[in-house]
Amino acid sequence: MGKKKSKVVQYNRWGYIFMIPFLVTYLIFQLIPLITTVYNSFFENYRSGLKQIGPNFIGFQNYATIFGNPDLWKYFGNTMIMWIAGFIPQIFFSLLLGAWFTDTSLRLKGQRFWKTVIYLPNLIMASAFAMLFFTLFGDSGPINSMLTSMGIVSAPIKFLSQTGTARGLVAFMNFIMWFGNTTILLMAGMMGIDPSLFEAAQVDGATATQVFWKITLPLLRPILVYTMITSLIGGLQMFDVPQILTNGTGDPARNTMTLIMYLNKHLFSKNFGLAGALSVFLFIVTGILSLIVFKITVRKEK
Amino acid sequence: MNKTQKEPTNSVHARRAIAYVVLVILSFLCLFWFAILFVNATRSHGELTKGFTLIPSTHLPENWSGLIHGTLPVLNGLINSVVVAGSAAILCTYFSTMTAYAIHAYDFKLKKFFFTFILAIMMIPAQVTSLGFLQLIQKMKLEDNLIPLILPAIAAPVTFFYMKQYMDSTLSLSLVEAARIDGAGEFKIFNNIVLPLMKPAIAVQAIFTFVSSWNNYFIPALILHKDKMKTLPVLIAQLRSADFLKFDMGQVYMMIAFSIFPVIVVYLILSRYIVAGVALGGVKE
Repeated sequence: MGKKKSKVVQYNRWGYIFMIPFLVTYLIFQLIPLITTVYNSFFENYRSGLKQIGPNFIGFQNYATIFGNPDLWKYFGNTMIMWIAGFIPQIFFSLLLGAWFTDTSLRLKGQRFWKTVIYLPNLIMASAFAMLFFTLFGDSGPINSMLTSMGIVSAPIKFLSQTGTARGLVAFMNFIMWFGNTTILLMAGMMGIDPSLFEAAQVDGATATQVFWKITLPLLRPILVYTMITSLIGGLQMFDVPQILTNGTGDPARNTMTLIMYLNKHLFSKNFGLAGALSVFLFIVTGILSLIVFKITVRKEK
Repeated sequence: MNKTQKEPTNSVHARRAIAYVVLVILSFLCLFWFAILFVNATRSHGELTKGFTLIPSTHLPENWSGLIHGTLPVLNGLINSVVVAGSAAILCTYFSTMTAYAIHAYDFKLKKFFFTFILAIMMIPAQVTSLGFLQLIQKMKLEDNLIPLILPAIAAPVTFFYMKQYMDSTLSLSLVEAARIDGAGEFKIFNNIVLPLMKPAIAVQAIFTFVSSWNNYFIPALILHKDKMKTLPVLIAQLRSADFLKFDMGQVYMMIAFSIFPVIVVYLILSRYIVAGVALGGVKE
């Protein structure tokens, strides 16, 4: 027995060995950058014309600057508005399609085809998709020429110069890119519900709507919470689409400027102090949200 | 099994009809843009300025040769993108499988800690550490280099988690035991027995990693400054910020199509596995 045990211990050494590539890579490319990001947030460090200011230690001054600037809250608001405007149709249609696909009495044909089509936009390069929308929705682009020739509008709509339509385009693209993914995730959850519950409801004479509200939705709650929070974390990272669509300006009137676009601006102008403070703020917000996802994942694991 | 009960046929018919209508509309909203993109990539600049039509024209070859001989180094961009995404996919799947195997097959003191730790950091986005990452890359003199876009793929918590779940449901340790009795070393067992068994999961994750690396824009835009080193998303951004009116619109559409269609073709061939993979994973952000 003693011999066998020592051999097992010898094998288990390999657990550490196999972990090395992950741990070393994580340490170098994620943990060290995280620490230096936090470190940077306490220093004044930027360029003013040709002159380099700092780095000088200034404590929490960068945080005071960034939180005191109404821009941060404006961009936070923009990000949230565009996320919510995309998320509402996303969750609505995902639930609807998920319920339909899993409803055995409906027997929808071509499920694989539909799923293939609705998932497709998720894999499209967001920057190329945004460039495509920029050309399609330009003042003299194909969409406007179609709308005018069909007589729907008399003059071209300036999609990218009006706050509502510009934000609407970003939200719409987010919706189109993500609802297929959410549908597939929710379907997996719906198929995990004990079918005897549906049968019992059917015997009791419940309608499809009642089944959806009284059985499917409550049992789906953990997955819905998971979907919402992961989507919110994704929403806070919103960058590629508005950045390319507006060429980084966040126009009109910086109403489509997101938090990450703001961060990107500081990184490009090499204002490392403010970029650091902004990163730490985003890290804490996503960290809290991640913690909730983590709790759900761990529960799912058990 | 529904026969025992009288089906409310009319309402089912109506609901089915509504479902099909909604599906057709949503599918239209998913595909319409790419249809226009394809058509417009076949039309000349002159035709495009005249107005919109859904009938393809004949200028695809001209737009293509105009694009590859133009000012944007698109072929370089393509090669850079393939190198980055391909290498990232290989490294990410190989080492994520290895990390998952370490947690799955061995018992060691810090195992639970590592597992919890990886789950905890899973959702932290790359953007919040990008400042430190950028400074690190500058110190390592790796700007305008593809390495900082490839190597970090080794530590991919999401892929790790998928592999771990796949192992929990399919990888039996008795095979490993048998190989040990035959005298195979641990590293050899991993490469020759575990990896082949993980092929389905590796294929799915390789595709996801390839696509997300192919589409990645934020970090490459910070690191790549020389035209020759840029990947396709960075070139698209450059196209967007250039003086737009000077461009041949046929070539602009061609460039977008060039970045999008390779992924669409691969997806259509492999869609079965990809859609099944999404459902299985549950943790794709």
